Amino acid sequence: MKTMKFFRAAVLSVAALAAGAAPALAAGGDGPKIKDVTWSFEGPLGRFDRAQLQRGWQIYAEVCASCHSMKYLRYGDLGRKGGPEFPADQVEAIAATFEVPDVGPDGQAITRPAIPTDALASPFPNRKAAEATLGAYPPDLSLITKKRTGFHGILTQMFKGTGGAEYVYALLTGYTEAPAGFKVPDGAHFNPYFKDFAIKMLAPLPEDRVTYQDGTKATTEQMALDITAFLAWAAEPKMEERKRAGLANIIFLSIFAVLLWFSTKKLWKPIKNGEDA
Amino acid sequence: MSGGHIPQEHYTPQSKAEKWLDHRLPVGGLMHHLNSFPTPKNLNWWWIFGGVLAVCLVVQIVTGIGLAMHYVAHVDHAFASVEHIMRDVIGGWWLRYVHANGASFFFIAVYLHIFRGLYYGSYKAPREILWIVGVLIYLLMMATAFMGYVLPWGQMSFWGAQVITGLFSAIPGVGKTIQAWLLGGPAVDQAALNRFFSLHYLLPFAIAGLVAVHIWALHHVGNNNPSGVSVRNTSVDSAKKDTVPFSPYYTVKDAFGIVIFLIIFAVFVFYMPNYLGHPDNYIEANSRVTPEHIVPEWYFLPFYAILRSIDNKLLGVLAMFASIGILAVLPWLDTSRVRSGAYRPSFRWFFWIFVVACIGLGYVGSKDPAIRLIEQSEEFKFRDPAKADEKLKEITTADKSAEAAIQISYHKEEDGESYMEYSVKHVHMAFTMKNLGQLLMIYYFAYFLLILPILGVRERARPRPDSIDADFQAKMAKKRKAAAPAAQPAE
Amino acid sequence: MAESTSGEGTRRDFLYIATGAAGVVAAGTFVAPQVAHMWASWDVQARSSVKVKYNEVEPGQQIVADWLGKPVFIRRRTAEEVKTARSVDLADLPDPVARNANLSDESAPATDEQRSFGKDGEWLIAIGVCTHLGCVPIMNKGDYHGWYCPCHGSHYDLSGRIRKGPAPENLPIPKLAFLEDGETIKIG
Repeated sequence: MKTMKFFRAAVLSVAALAAGAAPALAAGGDGPKIKDVTWSFEGPLGRFDRAQLQRGWQIYAEVCASCHSMKYLRYGDLGRKGGPEFPADQVEAIAATFEVPDVGPDGQAITRPAIPTDALASPFPNRKAAEATLGAYPPDLSLITKKRTGFHGILTQMFKGTGGAEYVYALLTGYTEAPAGFKVPDGAHFNPYFKDFAIKMLAPLPEDRVTYQDGTKATTEQMALDITAFLAWAAEPKMEERKRAGLANIIFLSIFAVLLWFSTKKLWKPIKNGEDA
Repeated sequence: MSGGHIPQEHYTPQSKAEKWLDHRLPVGGLMHHLNSFPTPKNLNWWWIFGGVLAVCLVVQIVTGIGLAMHYVAHVDHAFASVEHIMRDVIGGWWLRYVHANGASFFFIAVYLHIFRGLYYGSYKAPREILWIVGVLIYLLMMATAFMGYVLPWGQMSFWGAQVITGLFSAIPGVGKTIQAWLLGGPAVDQAALNRFFSLHYLLPFAIAGLVAVHIWALHHVGNNNPSGVSVRNTSVDSAKKDTVPFSPYYTVKDAFGIVIFLIIFAVFVFYMPNYLGHPDNYIEANSRVTPEHIVPEWYFLPFYAILRSIDNKLLGVLAMFASIGILAVLPWLDTSRVRSGAYRPSFRWFFWIFVVACIGLGYVGSKDPAIRLIEQSEEFKFRDPAKADEKLKEITTADKSAEAAIQISYHKEEDGESYMEYSVKHVHMAFTMKNLGQLLMIYYFAYFLLILPILGVRERARPRPDSIDADFQAKMAKKRKAAAPAAQPAE
Repeated sequence: MAESTSGEGTRRDFLYIATGAAGVVAAGTFVAPQVAHMWASWDVQARSSVKVKYNEVEPGQQIVADWLGKPVFIRRRTAEEVKTARSVDLADLPDPVARNANLSDESAPATDEQRSFGKDGEWLIAIGVCTHLGCVPIMNKGDYHGWYCPCHGSHYDLSGRIRKGPAPENLPIPKLAFLEDGETIKIG
């Protein structure tokens, strides 16, 4: 019994130790708390909503892409399993509407229509060019929901996740009037969710900024949800495959554990009854 | 109670083929020795972690070799190659998440293994060498993990490398030179990344070699056990009373423990793969922007807390290395002749406080040291920033050394009206995260340098069982007694 | 262990067998991904078809396309060259098989008609990797004026067929299609 107590206490302590590791992030100025959003891709059985991802892609292509790169994504990814799953011919057509840099037959720099194996075209050739044009570097969006966090604290993150998607959603819908007396720096816009409350990006999603092909009404809310879901997929395109594999793995390991438990019991029974091995 | 070699039945090759092989390479004898190794029969679940760690090492090496086939150790391509693994390599996400979380679980297992050794006195004679080899393995694990964390070339990778190699610059006189040599240049760059990759690939094999030595030493002196009493080793028969052959009794039992460990591991790999990592490491390394808080991986946090507890750079580094190095001399610091903590009533208290202190240091290491846990302060709130500025000036002119700062927060009321609050805090006295770390650090060192040496002389231990068999039988009897009253009414 | 199991019935044996089998499956699920990750990754697979413009190639010229990391010769032969290629006796060919991935019949004879494309068979498109040990043959060289491999001296004719030297097979013809736009070939 003593050992059990020892065991239990230590397991708890190690859990706490492991938990203590969780990122300690300072909020940097006190913005409002990030609200939890119910996503279709949450939980052990979570899946992306294909139609939502397709709408999200439309927003990226028509709105975000003029400033933000997504360099770890390829056009072909839009047709892969677990993502927006555009049909192959549509993927080719989408790719062909973008120009990507290449080298011409005589070695000169040219652009040509993209093909599915090309990485998404970047709006600027490099970081410095973006800074020079926009005054700030618009971060690459390929991993945005993994490199930002909305939830903090060891236990919160354990049960709710890191909240990267919630943060992006909150930021996109968080534009509001600056309170009286608060001086927003020139060229910046008030957003309570951003560091120091001022962001260089203009509110990107006013009502009806895009016209959805599937007839969904393009409210700011809706567009923010759609683009965030798309970005969450882009950051973790293998999520569905991972969760599916996880379920199979854990079920199998549990059965294996039960078998081993009974094997151990059977094996040790004579020893526990005082017999010699 | 001297411990030492446990007599074991000898291997006699039976078939012609076995005899042929045995004459040339006694591998059959080695296998026999390993399989039938007499192992105390009273081992509890705390003894599964040796097996768990062996699995961890194999998993890390195998997945690591796979990752190395796709990874590119170049400052321009490292980050992208990791994304290539995550997105395009078949099952690549699995390889990477298993390897990244595998490192954490390797440390979870090694810490449980170490704490088990600390509680049951597994470092005491005749297991000093066994213990020291273990400490060396732990050191190599830390070096390997650190260099592995640099490879994805994210922000934490880069700045972690900067800070850790910076530790060497604390050495008086030659520190800066050593740091430049370690990095292969004035800063963390291509040369550093490439050599970290090389060493990250090499060291696990050095660990595997040391593990072989660790097991060799273990098989020479035999396992410790919860009673701390040695196996009766006067004859094969007397040893048999205290032990069971390692296989199948402990292979099957360990396998159960390993699978439970793997289930917990799988939950992390498949459902919260980034929980133990840091989001900043998904930002590509940038030598011009330092993350707001540089935090090492969780398994280094207690040492990181010790480093930050001391303001002097050299002393901080020395304290940090000493906190690990002290483990190597532990066998000579603990003066008690009783191995198992189970029979040392006072020791147990100090031990559990030590465990809490270690966890506490880990917590402190993860937090901003300036956080005030207890404070005596005055707070003034304003909606007008000018007034807040005024107040701050007023405080600082009255007392030049005053600790005061403005904190801005955004508020929105139900009716939709929003305002900014500027709060000026004048701190008179505070107990900070750093102070807590200092206290815990003092206990950490006191445990080894004061408590264990003194306790061993002063403490009166409880009577120990006469033999492992006696301990085992007593436990079984107790278990049956506990089960009996519950079983009777059912009949 | 043998003593403890022999007395009891088969149920205990079954438990051990099931446990052992589960162990084998567990090991298998760990090994499988180690094998899987070594196959071509998605991006490599996705590049398995390329489109090449051929409209600017003059008779007697060849362009080289990149396909799966290998060169593909796209040669527009003159009428003269086609005539030479077609006048070869099949009995003179070391490799009598067409090696054309576009033919349903894998053992089709290696006549030039079975290996060429376009009007009057002016296009000869083949993977430019010597079937001996993988070097890239040089155009218009060798005894048969097709290609000549400098590594070990294999001579290919104007139809890309091996004629002399150590190479065992004709240059293979990849799966391809002339697209409707009249200027693009899709290889793969």
